[in-house]
Amino acid sequence: MIQLNWLLVVSGVLFAISVAGMFINRKNLILLLMCVELLLLAVNFNFVAFSRFNGDINGQIFVFFVLTVAAAESAIGLAILVVLFRERRSINVEDLSTLKG
Amino acid sequence: MLVEILFWVFASILTLSALGMITVRNPVHSALLLVLCFFTSAAIWLLIEAEFLAVVLILVYVGAVMVLFLFVVMMLDINVEEVKARVTRYALLGGVVAGAVVFEIVSVVWTRSLGVEVTEGAVAQPATYSNTAELGKLLYTEYVYPFELAAMLLLIAIVAAISLTMRKRTGLKQQNIARQVAARAADRVRIVKVAPVRPESQAPSEPSSKGNGP
Repeated sequence: MIQLNWLLVVSGVLFAISVAGMFINRKNLILLLMCVELLLLAVNFNFVAFSRFNGDINGQIFVFFVLTVAAAESAIGLAILVVLFRERRSINVEDLSTLKG
Repeated sequence: MLVEILFWVFASILTLSALGMITVRNPVHSALLLVLCFFTSAAIWLLIEAEFLAVVLILVYVGAVMVLFLFVVMMLDINVEEVKARVTRYALLGGVVAGAVVFEIVSVVWTRSLGVEVTEGAVAQPATYSNTAELGKLLYTEYVYPFELAAMLLLIAIVAAISLTMRKRTGLKQQNIARQVAARAADRVRIVKVAPVRPESQAPSEPSSKGNGP
């Protein structure tokens, strides 16, 4: 039988890997967006696990809404990325320093 | 027993592909490894009987979001070497932060009981139980307004993404439907009455073709 703490550990490891990915791929905007997707997946893991083990299906509804928001977020994020690449010919985060005072 | 073995196999695939995703040099490989992450997560969600969300994860994430990512990665001509030039400088810091996150979460999970019996497995649902039907009942009754709001949010996302990326190209031949419909014959052709004028004494200077006349 799958136990709840196994799922929580897997989710925590996934979360940590994506946080580390944000540090490692700190320059590439596309990989940063992918790491955000992985973070949301780790969070959804927790929702599904607790919903299943508490016998409360409301958690899965919440995962549904998180998926919706994540899809909208990645669509707009990638649109901004495309516009940015057209303007700058680069997606390096360090090139985006025009707002620096 | 089989379920536990499958769970650990999927969990290790998930962890390894996530690790691969953050370390490979090529963004396309990275996106494909993220697809593998989503697939194995969907498999684990199937194991804990969240069938609808597993299918939605594959349909929405793999089918739409990751394809969008792959499109963008392949459309933008990124210099991979330049982006990943100094990758090792922050690898250590990233590892430290990840270790801290894992330590905190695992210590919390192992010391607190979290209100549910963490060492007990959930009771298996009966064979007639339908996860999709249960979700649908709840979604269309209690959560109907959030559902509508989510639909609005997606619409706004569509409009925002299109209006951000659409651009007016100059020098492109395009139809203007309104102008086409509004056009009348008088705008297109002007018939001018021209009085016939006899050309005066213009001798045919061209030599007539030989051997062809009557």
